[in-house]
Amino acid sequence: MTELAVRIGGQAGDGIASIGESIARSFSRMGLHVFGLNAYQSVIRGGHVWFQARASDGRPYSPGDGTDILYALDKATVDIHGAGVRPGGAVLFDPEKFSVAPSELPAGVTPLGVPTLQIARKYTSQSILQNAGGIGATAFLAGIPLPLLHEVLTDSFGRKAGEIVDWNVGASAEGYRFAEAHGHAHDHALSRQGEPKLLMNGNTAIALGAAAAGCKFLSQYPMTPASSIMHWLAAHSTALGVVVKQAEDELAAINMAIGASFAGVRAMTATSGGGFSLMVEALGMAGMTETPLVVVEAQRAGPSTGLPTKTEQGDLNMMLGAGQGEFPRAILAPSCPAEAYRSMIDAFRLAEEFQTPILVASDLHLSENFMTVDRSEIDLNVPVPSLFTVPPSETNYLRYQYTDSGVSPRAIPGQPGLMFVAGSDEHDERGHLVSDIHAGIPRYVTERQRMMEKRMRKLGGLARAAPLPVLEGPPDAPLTFVAWGSTVGAVRDARAELAAGGKATNLLRFPTVYPIAADAARPLLEKARRTLLVEANFSGQFGRLLRAELGFACSDRLLKYDGEPFLPHEIVARALEVM
Amino acid sequence: MSQTAAPPRPTGLGAALPVVGKSDTRPTWCPGCGDFGVVAAVEMAVKRLQLPSHTVVVISGIGCSSNLPHFLSSYGFHGIHGRVLPVAEGIRWANHGLTVIGTGGDGDGFGIGAGHFVHAMRRNVDLTYVTMDNQIYGLTTGQASPTSTMGQKTKSTPNGVIENPIDPVSLALASGATYIARGFSGDVKHLADLVANGIQHKGFSFVDVFSPCVTYNKINTFDFFRQRVYKLESAGHDPTDLVAAWQRSLEWGDKIPIGLFYKTDRPTYEDLEEVLAAGPLALQPAGLRGKESLLDEFV
Ligand SMILES: Cc1ncc(C[n+]2csc(CCOP(=O)(O)OP(=O)(O)O)c2C)c(N)n1
Ligand code: SF4
Repeated sequence: MTELAVRIGGQAGDGIASIGESIARSFSRMGLHVFGLNAYQSVIRGGHVWFQARASDGRPYSPGDGTDILYALDKATVDIHGAGVRPGGAVLFDPEKFSVAPSELPAGVTPLGVPTLQIARKYTSQSILQNAGGIGATAFLAGIPLPLLHEVLTDSFGRKAGEIVDWNVGASAEGYRFAEAHGHAHDHALSRQGEPKLLMNGNTAIALGAAAAGCKFLSQYPMTPASSIMHWLAAHSTALGVVVKQAEDELAAINMAIGASFAGVRAMTATSGGGFSLMVEALGMAGMTETPLVVVEAQRAGPSTGLPTKTEQGDLNMMLGAGQGEFPRAILAPSCPAEAYRSMIDAFRLAEEFQTPILVASDLHLSENFMTVDRSEIDLNVPVPSLFTVPPSETNYLRYQYTDSGVSPRAIPGQPGLMFVAGSDEHDERGHLVSDIHAGIPRYVTERQRMMEKRMRKLGGLARAAPLPVLEGPPDAPLTFVAWGSTVGAVRDARAELAAGGKATNLLRFPTVYPIAADAARPLLEKARRTLLVEANFSGQFGRLLRAELGFACSDRLLKYDGEPFLPHEIVARALEVM
Repeated sequence: MSQTAAPPRPTGLGAALPVVGKSDTRPTWCPGCGDFGVVAAVEMAVKRLQLPSHTVVVISGIGCSSNLPHFLSSYGFHGIHGRVLPVAEGIRWANHGLTVIGTGGDGDGFGIGAGHFVHAMRRNVDLTYVTMDNQIYGLTTGQASPTSTMGQKTKSTPNGVIENPIDPVSLALASGATYIARGFSGDVKHLADLVANGIQHKGFSFVDVFSPCVTYNKINTFDFFRQRVYKLESAGHDPTDLVAAWQRSLEWGDKIPIGLFYKTDRPTYEDLEEVLAAGPLALQPAGLRGKESLLDEFV
């Protein structure tokens, strides 16, 4: 696996993310696999932001451990990221803005001054065009063919952008040629590998998966890192026939989605931990009224407002416990965009089959970072069955009928003859309240107990129907990593690195974190010789869940709660310590 | 009028579908509670409009008043405290062929649910919202509500309320509701007219109802209102005149107006939401089969 990592750094407002995306997209169009990390702060201008595009002929699952080409738009970028440039690499900068001496860089790393501002001035007085020269020079060093870069830039501005496109094409060509004349392509410069790949972040994959699953309604209140789910669906709302509603708050968002689902459309909401905290009571209402609902919880570092632009897996406990009383739920935790797409399809399938809320646990690292996906991984041919399943001729219809599975026939308002009241109060099979004049009367005490048991029976079905735990790697390896969600990516890269060094490991990952299919998980855990739990929170929340559910304690842990994603080398180091 | 729903499915039951009436559940309100008059008026209104039971959804929150959906033969959603309107909006947007009626108390609507109240009105969602405003928290046994009178002694305000009450009618005027009325559960026929006209009005219809809590509110009793209410219709009020509506909404004291304060026509949220032009969302095709070109934007 040959890899090349390009990092671009500067201030918020410098256009770092768009430079990064152009580089990442150029790689993906070359048929390479890419991981694109967009690191930013909770400021709109100023501060320090960077983007890392790690490309490879194999599949990178994380931002990786080093950089080969650093394009620094300010001196701070050199100070912060210079030391991470690997030997053989280069640091691009504009000598008109600041200087970089070879002595400031690690051995074997070359500074390359590119007159990006001077190039830009030939076209316009807008200094933002300096980026074009920088992108061109970066592309040369990285092995990106100039015509392909030009296609990417033209597409990103839109063909209507007129002279802006021409300036960018011209300036990037000059940057490219300057680098050709004064530098040399990186030894790891990559070449075309085949068909272009798709490049998407977790949130677009989530939005796309929802639409493919038949979702027709999203109500959401903006909150990082969940907002771009709404942005993508809003941009495609008319074309796809999906109603997108920015609600007045998260209380409204979830209640609107429940109303829409009750009335017969597949509906969802999405938020981060703060918003999810506000949704808690309504989540229980979906459980009690047995209304299908999909909630995406894109976690960020808490508690409270926390680090709004940094990642964490700290909300698992809340997702497990959200809501007074007990009701069935499932929590899916995709690890990468391709899996996020499939998770949404699973989530809608489960919500509908079990008529209960299904949570999809993402986090900032998955939601906002980019990975390549093969077209074959995105199957749009998802069955979307009709929700009108109860024949209107049904006599003596019981909305909450006791069944073995716990799932009762669901009528939709508008269907004649099947009228019922969905109640957040406890009710009998017909939906009549047992909470007021009946409460405590022996017959209704039994009724309550039976209704609780009916609902909770769905949990068994959910555990069987949700994606099962997966063991990756040699079954008899001396060390088993245990991970869930986006952390899985860095563990996969760490395993590859360990394997390259002759150390076999395997990974037990949980695409469904709750309910855990005990029959599937227990034998795998019991076979493990040593288990290293890797999760991005302070207390090892998933480890605790495993102990509670299966009585299994992982022998070792690696926990991280600094807001940054796991990097492979951190996992490798911890693995070598415990092996 | 909110379209009397084209049933989303072939009925199979023949033409004579039952219209909304009483359900087989009897109200459990205290004898004499104002809410009896409100459920009677709502029933009278939907009956008059001959709305088939299966095309009507009545939504509520939590409170004594919020038990109302159980007493009608339509579809119902008895949700959680304060969230009537977002649930009702979601239902409307999922199937705008349905007639949607929100119900609940003053605590539910103007206390815990105040934010939703304002926003649903500015959106002009085509639904009817009937509040049983007893100026007290009934179900929780008599604490102050957002519409309790200054100085009123309640369990939570033994020394009297020290907050100015919300006036739901002026709040509705400020928020952009397009049909704003006030009724009295002591005059069921008049209230039924207000509700029926509200259902027929295309846009957000708000009917605030003086619905006395005979158990916990000893100030705002049936007698209190009987002595004070007068009808705007008989006082020459022009409900298309916004300034006059504002003036009337400020009247409180010996004479308190009931009836239609304001009515105007404005496009509804459903009119403006492009996706709904293709018909009720619940009946539209879903999924992305055959839409492979959508993936091109990711290349
Ligand atoms: C989130 C939440 N907070 C508090 C309550 C308790 N509660 C139930 S009804 C109610 C207020 C009832 O007053 P109102 O809405 O005016 O209705 P009424 O009973 O007077 O008809 C309260 C506070 C609740 N059910 N849920
Ligand atoms: S407590 Fe008041 S509001 Fe509740 S049922 Fe009795 S009279 Fe009606």
